[in-house]
Amino acid sequence: MRPEEQGVEVVVLVSVGRHPITGRARRADQDARGLELALGLEARLPGSRIGLLHAGPHREESESALRGYLGMTAGTGLDSLTLLEQAEGADAIPALAEHLAAAPPQLVITGARAERGEGSGLLPYALAEHLGWPLVNGLAAVEKVENGVATLLQALPRGQRRRLKVRLPAIVSVDAAAPAARQSAFGPARRAELEATPVAAELDLELAEWPMVPARKRPKRLKIVKSASARDRFKAAAAKAEGGSGQVLEGVSSEQAAEAIFKLLREEGVLPR
Amino acid sequence: MDEIRRRDPRREWVARNRLHPEHARALAEQGGGATSEWLGPQGVMRKNPHAIGFMGPNGVKRIDRSGAQQGGRVSGAAHQAALDRRRIVTIEAPAFLVAVVPELSGGRLSSHDKDLLGLARRLADADPDHPGAVLAVVFGEHKEDSFGEAGIDRVLHFGDEAYAGFAPEARLAALMAVERELAPRHWLLPDSPLGGADLGRRLALRLGERPATGVWQVEGDGEAALGWRCTARGAAESLDIQRPLPRVALALSECAEPVDETRHAAEPLSLMAAVPRALSRIEDLGQVAVDPAGVALAEAEFILSGGNGVKDWDAFHHAAKVLGATEGASRVAVDDGFMARDRQVGATGTWVTARVYLAAGISGAIQHLQGIQSCDKVVAINMDPGCDMIKRADLAVIGDAGEILSALVAKVEQQRGGQRDAA
Repeated sequence: MRPEEQGVEVVVLVSVGRHPITGRARRADQDARGLELALGLEARLPGSRIGLLHAGPHREESESALRGYLGMTAGTGLDSLTLLEQAEGADAIPALAEHLAAAPPQLVITGARAERGEGSGLLPYALAEHLGWPLVNGLAAVEKVENGVATLLQALPRGQRRRLKVRLPAIVSVDAAAPAARQSAFGPARRAELEATPVAAELDLELAEWPMVPARKRPKRLKIVKSASARDRFKAAAAKAEGGSGQVLEGVSSEQAAEAIFKLLREEGVLPR
Repeated sequence: MDEIRRRDPRREWVARNRLHPEHARALAEQGGGATSEWLGPQGVMRKNPHAIGFMGPNGVKRIDRSGAQQGGRVSGAAHQAALDRRRIVTIEAPAFLVAVVPELSGGRLSSHDKDLLGLARRLADADPDHPGAVLAVVFGEHKEDSFGEAGIDRVLHFGDEAYAGFAPEARLAALMAVERELAPRHWLLPDSPLGGADLGRRLALRLGERPATGVWQVEGDGEAALGWRCTARGAAESLDIQRPLPRVALALSECAEPVDETRHAAEPLSLMAAVPRALSRIEDLGQVAVDPAGVALAEAEFILSGGNGVKDWDAFHHAAKVLGATEGASRVAVDDGFMARDRQVGATGTWVTARVYLAAGISGAIQHLQGIQSCDKVVAINMDPGCDMIKRADLAVIGDAGEILSALVAKVEQQRGGQRDAA
């Protein structure tokens, strides 16, 4: 059978973000990266369709933030966003799960964590559990989609990548390793439509119970030296942070120096094999 | 050496008597040179002030009262006992279990894992009459041999090939088997991208729990269901959420002090029932070779950084390519136009977190040293033996950067060529 690349139906879940300094509503960084990924996918696979989905209250502040996503899709023909309208403080997961189950897309892209509320990063996992779909976190790129199987690149720490094959439909979450979001165009964002549908809301009572305060700085861990001898404790307290414990090679030939460096690099295991 | 010290009063007397013909031999037997203190025949401590101290480098007698110079006479066994003075704790019949799934990055317990195990110990040891046991669930191959020192009572090892790499479905099936058979009271996982952040959320939802994520503080609280209250980070690190500790918690690093006073049994454990094979819809095709030049400087693992001492930049780029290092630069090299601005390391550039940082021809301005604060191993190549980079470096070589780099490149290429011939 000839591998055949056909378009995929993608739904990007978007949320209202929070500017880290001013605290104003904005498009959330990770969700915007997710949309960028979807737009890149659409450009490569003709016939793909992208839907934008948000569940939450319909207010002026959140609307301007959501239009930030629509400003990114200028020129791609995508000019509407589905808004599942809920009361403030409602749980978004049942509404989203119901909407996705009614018209299942092939790929759902979300950010890893919300920038408001609890921000626990549970939403993609809860949706995967509800729908029974596989989930891949930390997505960096979609390499190809053929015959209902997607080949993805997952980001690992230190810039490393891992290649995965996932059977569709699937949920993927993106974090800072995904491609950076393009600029949002103001005009198309103003002209785009928000299709609001009111849905039944289940209030998140547990979350409302928990006290929330602005994050305070975490205490720095002190370096405690447990030693029987007063001399050792004094030395540890009085020593400078980096106290010349290193080895210095002076007056050696460059071959000997290279040998020593090579040995250290080999021990650390950073040289490619 | 045996622990019982036997005294020979006659030897002691000979050692005290400077005029005795066997005096020197007796002294040497008693302990390297003249003894300064001994127990007298009446049971009184006697001191010889002339025997204290040592000859300094200028021929002057020096007395070090810190105790550092005295050593020498401690027997091997006594010394060993002083080294591992950790209390050995064995919990035979635990009242409950605290399950921890360490991330084991690189096959060893990371500092994040050790903090988490410290938290697990706090939860387990809260009631000294009914202590719980800490159970570590370990997946895949590992190189760790100090599970006991980290505070683990029981180890459950799933070494099967199916759990290696990215296998969340297989790992989740194993954890569910642990839950069915052992039913731990708490599940603790590190909230780190590679380890528990993914697996912990899957586990919590499968258990039907609402997990606490980003936990950084846990306190006792009699009113809560499990007796603990936690503080968790939420909303992109901007909120602190106080809530009762649920069964599943994902904790940040430095959530508790690592265990350092006790040593635990780390008994291997195995499940009675076999873990059901989960049909995986995710296939791991393995790691992809990435171009080191494309890796962001802030997260690169191995950086070759060049400064004013580098004269031949083509050779420098070639060296970075051969060594497989990400390129960095000091401010001078960037200002002179040899490197791009986004490659600058330091306070005004990028703060790097490399494991190995090779600085060629960089003398180490304070701004540059700030930028490499969190690097593990620093190797410096410089002409000036008195510069600050040499003081910071773990291995410093005094010499011309260009020459030493080319020698290093030749060495690496020769090694690689040799391997290829052998193969």
